[in-house]
Amino acid sequence: MARAAVPGRLNWLVATLAETKEETATARTLVLDVPGWPGHLAGQHVDVKLTAEDGYSAQRSYSIASGPDGQRLELTVQTIADGEVSPYLTEVLEPGDPVELRGPIGYWFVWRPESTTPVLLVAGGSGVVPLMAMIRAHADAGSQVPLRLIYSVRTPADAIYARELSERTAASPLALTYLYTREGPPGAPTGRINADVIAAAAWSPHDKPDIFICGPTGFVEAAADLLIKAGHAPEAIKTERFGPTS
Amino acid sequence: MSVISRGFSGRRRPGGDRLPPGQYLESGFPVLSAGPTPPVNTANWSFTITTEAGETARRWDWKQFTALPAEQITKDIHCVTKWSKFDTHWRGVSLDTLLDGVTTNAGYVMARSYGGYTTNLPLPDLRDGKAWVAYEYEGKPLHPEHGGPARLLVPHLYFWKSAKWVTGLDLMTRDRHGFWEELGYHDYGDPWREQRYQGD
Repeated sequence: MARAAVPGRLNWLVATLAETKEETATARTLVLDVPGWPGHLAGQHVDVKLTAEDGYSAQRSYSIASGPDGQRLELTVQTIADGEVSPYLTEVLEPGDPVELRGPIGYWFVWRPESTTPVLLVAGGSGVVPLMAMIRAHADAGSQVPLRLIYSVRTPADAIYARELSERTAASPLALTYLYTREGPPGAPTGRINADVIAAAAWSPHDKPDIFICGPTGFVEAAADLLIKAGHAPEAIKTERFGPTS
Repeated sequence: MSVISRGFSGRRRPGGDRLPPGQYLESGFPVLSAGPTPPVNTANWSFTITTEAGETARRWDWKQFTALPAEQITKDIHCVTKWSKFDTHWRGVSLDTLLDGVTTNAGYVMARSYGGYTTNLPLPDLRDGKAWVAYEYEGKPLHPEHGGPARLLVPHLYFWKSAKWVTGLDLMTRDRHGFWEELGYHDYGDPWREQRYQGD
């Protein structure tokens, strides 16, 4: 259930890995059962904590990929080569294993199902994860608010959720535009986000969309600048950036 | 009580005792902002200190501000998103200099930024050599992504307290929530007590 108010103390909860889904060669979705999970809004994240036998612990933040669904939570984790936490989550953690987390965190970069405003989602790489939670929550709520997703990936094989996104464009008011920065499908152009893409795939500023951008810093800066130059209000743009995080 | 993560040994890095709990050492300088980077031009930049009565106690334009006595600062910084960075080098003006001679009964401050960001801090945390308004990072003008032309620098608290694009301080007799604090983040934000979120 989505809650209106910011909660009190965020306690650590013990989640259990129920199953995993391989999304790409380097991204894996963890389906977690989280007894005591208080519910979340699409776009929020959790802190995950790993603890070694000698008490050493490490924490990282991960975006929630699923819409609100009781005490079940999906996190999609992009493996960072030589990272400390992400390779454990994607390569070591097995179904039945416990993992500590707390949340939900972040009441800014959120989409609420009662919203009636058109939405533009702009994703760079694994920045699609919290935006996918919005797309799923939108479908689960039966919302008829139109969504547009601009999704920049290196190659088609790097696209997380590709099949599900394709299916959802047929079933709900979701329009999808891929950008391929390294190599596209045969015949498709490659390139970074630019003014032509914004003009073709984003909403007009007259539609006054809510805009969510998530990805690496350079991508987010570029996308936000382009949207502002195209006439969108800076106040309508919410960003979530990640630098290298291991 | 923690749950042991089977097969997790972790990576203890050099300088472990300089890392607050739950933090890891980062060599890059990640960027976190809630919205677009606001364009801030030093030609019409200003920094103001407003008293609890709403009166302007101090005001500097860019030229006046950068003519104030500045200090070289070397500090470890700690972001609530878990990364820490050691020995970052800044140049800026101490809040002791900026607050010198300002008469106030305020116990708190709201930092205000271009773009609308705010964050609240206790006034004593800005005094006695603990806080600056910084305009150089690693010997260069502070990049806009990192809060340039000038940001608050309060390195003993989580880095969201070090407001980017800062343009003023409002002195307050009662504490109020800033931007992230209203959204569930801690009012004080001491990394060594791991005060990330309200209730920590």
